[in-house]
Amino acid sequence: MNVAFFASCLIDQFRPDVGLAAVDVLERCGCTVIFDERQTCCGQPAFNSGHHAEARDVCQRAIHLLHEQVVQQGCEAIVCPSGSCAAMLHHAAGLLQGDDADMAASVASHVHELGSFLVDVLDRTDVEADWSGRVTWHDACHGLRDLGIRDQPRLLLNKVRGLELVEATTCDRCCGFGGTFSVSMPGISLAMADEKLDELEGLGVDAVVSGDVSCLMQLEGRLRDRGSSIRGLHLAEILASRGAGS
Amino acid sequence: MSGSGSIHHLKSREFSTLYPSALENVELRGALAFGTKLVSNRRDNTVAAVDDWQDLRDRASAIKADVMSNLDHYLETFEQQAQAVGTHVHWASTPAEARSIITGIAQQHGASLAVKSKSMVSEEIGLNEALEQSGVRPVETDLGEWIVQIANETPSHIVAPALHRSREDVRELFARVLQRPMPEDAEGLTEVARLELRQAFADADIGISGANFLVAETGSFLVLENEGNIRMTTSLPRVHIALVGIEKVLPRLSDLDVFLRLIGRSGTGQKLTSYQTLVTGPRRRADDDGPDEIHVVLLDNSRSSLLGNAVTAQTLGCIRCGACLNTCPVYRQIGGHAYGSVYPGPIGAILTPQLAGLHEASQLPFASSLCGACRDVCPVKIDIPEVLLHLRARSVEEGPSARDAVTNKKIRQQGGGFRMWSWAMRSPWRYRMAGRVARTMAWLAIRVPLVGRCAGPLRGWTAGRSLPSPPRRSFRSEMARRRSERRS
Repeated sequence: MNVAFFASCLIDQFRPDVGLAAVDVLERCGCTVIFDERQTCCGQPAFNSGHHAEARDVCQRAIHLLHEQVVQQGCEAIVCPSGSCAAMLHHAAGLLQGDDADMAASVASHVHELGSFLVDVLDRTDVEADWSGRVTWHDACHGLRDLGIRDQPRLLLNKVRGLELVEATTCDRCCGFGGTFSVSMPGISLAMADEKLDELEGLGVDAVVSGDVSCLMQLEGRLRDRGSSIRGLHLAEILASRGAGS
Repeated sequence: MSGSGSIHHLKSREFSTLYPSALENVELRGALAFGTKLVSNRRDNTVAAVDDWQDLRDRASAIKADVMSNLDHYLETFEQQAQAVGTHVHWASTPAEARSIITGIAQQHGASLAVKSKSMVSEEIGLNEALEQSGVRPVETDLGEWIVQIANETPSHIVAPALHRSREDVRELFARVLQRPMPEDAEGLTEVARLELRQAFADADIGISGANFLVAETGSFLVLENEGNIRMTTSLPRVHIALVGIEKVLPRLSDLDVFLRLIGRSGTGQKLTSYQTLVTGPRRRADDDGPDEIHVVLLDNSRSSLLGNAVTAQTLGCIRCGACLNTCPVYRQIGGHAYGSVYPGPIGAILTPQLAGLHEASQLPFASSLCGACRDVCPVKIDIPEVLLHLRARSVEEGPSARDAVTNKKIRQQGGGFRMWSWAMRSPWRYRMAGRVARTMAWLAIRVPLVGRCAGPLRGWTAGRSLPSPPRRSFRSEMARRRSERRS
């Protein structure tokens, strides 16, 4: 299956390993991954801050490009290793107008977050990954509440050799990132992260795993400041692993 | 009582100055963590036991959507039916009108003491100050509301007004105000309040309540509670006044079936509240219980201005259960007073700016990480994040006159930033350059702390969080390298 890969700008610039890991996993599952270098951002930062004019220009560009990949390059699916950006691509029809909105709706029907793509579209839960250690899953808000992703990553993690998945009661509580929220109201943002991390530190986990690099930047950034040894890992990094671990 | 010096409480210019002190208040945060966790866990457990929960939410949402599309019709029906059973119906378009209607009724009856049951609309219009100014002493009879009244505070939660106070805190307050030693346990403290309030019920000239629902079909209003104080407020005094927002009307008595199953579970995790008092007109025969005279004051206060837009109109579906407050990760950290508004939490963040005007509360739509937990628990399926996004966009579009100084500064800075960002994101080349600059800045900020402390958004990030160590090469250049390796 030809798959258009939408990397997301955070992964592209700050966590390239996550993007490469996602590509590896997709290829291992038999997909031909097509990454179009013209892609930039989905427009979410400006959209969530109320700057719709700026968001619209950027979002429209992303939609045109992805639409071209579906129509002209024969991509059957668009996969994004971020629930948040995937959700934004789903919302794009509401932001854009006229033909662009129709195009966005058509693109949205092809967009899948990585974990959900593997489980729901490819029907794979075992991707032959091997990673030793104890982890807990953080449900990123947009993946969980906008796209309904809850079971898929857990099914995938449970099939990883050597991995032990433990649940946190705060697994579906926001990490406090929230885009510009994290820098405009840092005190509240940190307090939100701490509520989760207090529990995680008691669970004895090696890593907190999530489907969004933005949450991981928030949690890891705070963990490092607290002097914790818990790492933040993206689902793709675990699934791509063939024998490394904590 | 509000401490704001204004009788009109629907203002929230102070969010940026209020929330930092809330974050520093260790006792407050302890009480908040305890209270919100207790209630939201109870709610989750009770809701999980209802098989058709999503179906109930859909039905409630559909009923509310119908009400908002035909509000004038249902309100007129309510008025006719209420008048037919002997209830006086008053229309107030502003808080000032509502206050003068109510103080007018009190004066007409020569009232000097009013017992009140908890009502958010009464807080919204600053009714207690107005009553005091016209010579009527208002006594709050809901335990939590009485606590905040004698503490000279405002409620910090829609359903649990004194959620911000611990039991020990309440004990000290009672001892100070009543000037005698107090029992340690919650039951003993409740008994003290009960005895204090008993006399007020016996002496009161009028009773004042809100209402959870108005029923158009029968001209009734319904009030829900657990303490029995509303039953007494609506039945003991000779005159009763119910102050109600116009959005609370339901078409039929049978609609209560849906809403009663939702509201108790959502608000307090109860299948049903201990008391449901449905009031349909004053007493008719001499030996009946209940007041001789009943007045319903219908308050608009800008509510009707939300009807024209499907996004904003959903705000009016709110049944004030408070579930969104208990689950909100922001509310759970800072509590209700930090919002500086009668209505706190996620619902307050959308309701206050729409009722009072965006310029009175322009910071509130930004006081959210948009996590969507509120939308998940809302029994009438209000898409609160959607309304927050709508208000943020309006804030940007309407310009400086629609905002306060703090929001103005933020939007001005962000506006410049996003214009540059948008320009950069529209070309792959400019995007690559911008990415390189961002990674270099992060690299510098890690090595030179001064950069992290001074440079724009980095400053907010680096207080308490480490920056990610930026990679040398981006994903796209790694991919280009892979491609050329595979070719060779």
